[in-house]
Amino acid sequence: MNNIFTNNIKTVEFDALIIGGGGSGMRASLELAKSGLNTAVVSKVFPTRSHTVSAQGGITCAIASHDPEDDWRWHMYDTVKGADFIGDQDAIEYLCSEGPKAVFELEHMGLPFSRFENGRIYQRPFGGQSKDFGKGGQAARTCAAADRTGHALLHTLYQNNVKEGTNFLNEWFAVDLVKNSKDEVTGVIAFSIENGEVAYLKAQATVLATGGAGRIYASTTNALINTGDGLAMALRAGFPAQDMEMWQFHPTGIYGAGSLVTEGCRGEGGYLINKDGERFMERYAPNVKDLAGRDVVARSMVLEILEGRGCGEKNDHIFLKLDHLGADVLNSKLPGICELSRTFAHVDPIYEPIPVVPTCHYMMGGTPTNVNGQAFKRLNEEDYLIPGLFSAGEAACVSVHGANRLGGNSLLDLVVFGRATGLHIQDELKSGGGVDSATKSDIDDALERLNKLNESDKGFDTAEVKKELQECMQNYFGVFRRGEFMEKGLEQLSEIKEKVDNLHLKDKSDAFNTSRVEAIELQNLFEVAESTAISAFQRNESRGAHARDDFPDRDDENWLCHTIFDPISKEVSKRDVNFKPHKVDAFPPKVRTY
Amino acid sequence: MFGNKLQVSLYRYNPEEDKFPYMKKYTIEKPERDIMVLDLLHLLKEDDQSISYRRSCREGVCGSDGMNINGKNGLACITPISSVIKRNKIELRPLPGLPVIRDLVVDMTEFYAQYEKIKPFLQNETTAPEQERLQSPEDRDKLDGLYECILCACCSTSCPSFWWNPDKFVGPAALLQAYRFLADSRDNKTEERLNALSDPFSVYRCHGIMNCVSVCPKGLNPNKAIGEIKSMLHKNKKDIIVSDGV
Repeated sequence: MNNIFTNNIKTVEFDALIIGGGGSGMRASLELAKSGLNTAVVSKVFPTRSHTVSAQGGITCAIASHDPEDDWRWHMYDTVKGADFIGDQDAIEYLCSEGPKAVFELEHMGLPFSRFENGRIYQRPFGGQSKDFGKGGQAARTCAAADRTGHALLHTLYQNNVKEGTNFLNEWFAVDLVKNSKDEVTGVIAFSIENGEVAYLKAQATVLATGGAGRIYASTTNALINTGDGLAMALRAGFPAQDMEMWQFHPTGIYGAGSLVTEGCRGEGGYLINKDGERFMERYAPNVKDLAGRDVVARSMVLEILEGRGCGEKNDHIFLKLDHLGADVLNSKLPGICELSRTFAHVDPIYEPIPVVPTCHYMMGGTPTNVNGQAFKRLNEEDYLIPGLFSAGEAACVSVHGANRLGGNSLLDLVVFGRATGLHIQDELKSGGGVDSATKSDIDDALERLNKLNESDKGFDTAEVKKELQECMQNYFGVFRRGEFMEKGLEQLSEIKEKVDNLHLKDKSDAFNTSRVEAIELQNLFEVAESTAISAFQRNESRGAHARDDFPDRDDENWLCHTIFDPISKEVSKRDVNFKPHKVDAFPPKVRTY
Repeated sequence: MFGNKLQVSLYRYNPEEDKFPYMKKYTIEKPERDIMVLDLLHLLKEDDQSISYRRSCREGVCGSDGMNINGKNGLACITPISSVIKRNKIELRPLPGLPVIRDLVVDMTEFYAQYEKIKPFLQNETTAPEQERLQSPEDRDKLDGLYECILCACCSTSCPSFWWNPDKFVGPAALLQAYRFLADSRDNKTEERLNALSDPFSVYRCHGIMNCVSVCPKGLNPNKAIGEIKSMLHKNKKDIIVSDGV
């Protein structure tokens, strides 16, 4: 068996290469396949197994179906406020104003949205939504296909890619970016999981659409495959990550199992109670109660538990009460939730409350990009585009979610920026843009990590080190953070790094060797975890999802900015937030209450 | 004698080492709490890295981990071991009827080819409105029980007709999707879709054995959808004859 690869490996050439077959990847590929460019999607799983499939409640967008007066500017206001004012307002403006077009396109592609009596798309209320810039009460802006919106969206996108004849390299795993001497990205090294074949996939444009990395935490709603592969590849190639301290903890993950219970449950009228049966969100967010921002609700739940009012024998969780909605509403609007709770919580929400805890859910940070999906690095405090490299979806930080994402905005992010990236790559390549070829030694550099793993004859066990990493992140970088604890966490991480760099791959076989995949995924998780830890330690304030015990207040004077993590120096610098939208006046920072 | 032990019999095959597949026995401490079959596989893999299986969402929505559990197809991630243990034993095999790549991983090429064959995308060549196409809640309800399919292949690989003719019989999973588009008020290629299914194999190899219904982890009913397609085919044929007569 020859597992050590020199650069005699096969080169396969494309115009555009998309790493990841989830929502953003397949929305980008659809645009590119339609344009006639030679495009391939590289996905480590069959595309409909991607994590977009697990999204439940819906896609938030001002299509003015529930309320004919609804306005994308109101959606923009909510998103800016939800982000605790460090979302880039030019990007949020693009998201909210282009959103309706992107949602109607999905409907035309066949997405089976639920409907209102008048035949228009069904919309439900979600947290953080308002009318008239926060003055007109709760809005209902989340377009839904029952509580299976992500599934419906992902399958619709796959189906339309089949229609357009997109090339799929399914069950191929991208290992590392290939860069030429000008620091341009010229494709990736990847291998076929099915037979171990390694290839250099060469492209003029490489899009990282690899989703999030919730598996850095022990308790997460994320799929097992959410290991931040694209972001980690960019970090290893020396490219920065932005706002990595910002991780969303979803208020309602099923206690013990971690599976997501949609915010749509609370949108439909469900609410949280503590062990005394008290609807405690009335105390923390008197106006919108259970529909406050996710960060606010998650923190309130943790405080209830810490103060001894948690439910269950150990007082360590909260109940989500739905039974008052009645069997009809639950069966028609939340059928998937009923199924999940019966399977994983052993309760039937028609009769009993669901035990839930805040659970890691979403990575607001990622590879920094502009609204065209073009990734950039920082030189002398300025943005420099990286030729050949793009990113979209959860892997990217454009940044529309800032310090806290609103529910339903991730699916919108996927389709709006997946589409924008596809459109931009077309323009760029058709007007003669592109990158220089890589040399033999450039390709060898990118093969180094895979070769080292394949040559390993001793070292650490992947499963054990993964557990250690996840527990460290859970303990020291969770919902509440404190400097002294994070210092301990950082110390632990440096020990874990030694192990991650010296994993022992016992099974060297080629055919569907999932232990090779898992070892590389662990290395990717580490890159993401390290950037998270260092960024969290640096941001000395509390904002959005980043809550510091030792710095409980928001500090606009010093921290109304993005953080940029440099993977080479391991240092964090600041980057200005965009306050220059094109069509409306910027929304200035103000106190964020719900 | 196996009070606290659990015996797992696992189908093993590595094409680089094994001439033939074999069943390997693993004995482990019975977990204290009820766990899913997928968790059981994770436990085995911690000790034996070479075990191979697909998994992703671990909550029954991505369709990666369809396998044959004690003789019945199902998703490992939502099957509690308590529901399948027989005399402290569990037997895990790959989905039947498809070529095995390694251990529990099957080659699903033929399954996906049937899916693509039915043109699994909305077809409507009329100019789309600026907003969404309207659809009444009643028309939308017709898609319930159809669009939720996760392509796990539990149904098609439990179907004897699919075992015999995986290249010509479309199979329950893809037929469910064929009906999903036939039933969609927004799709206007009904005639073309039916014509593509009217040969003796595509639909008519279904003999109502109903294994598809009994194994579907999402509680869907491909057999019913196939019945609907058959009546549409009959009606379509009759319409053609009548119009020929005129």
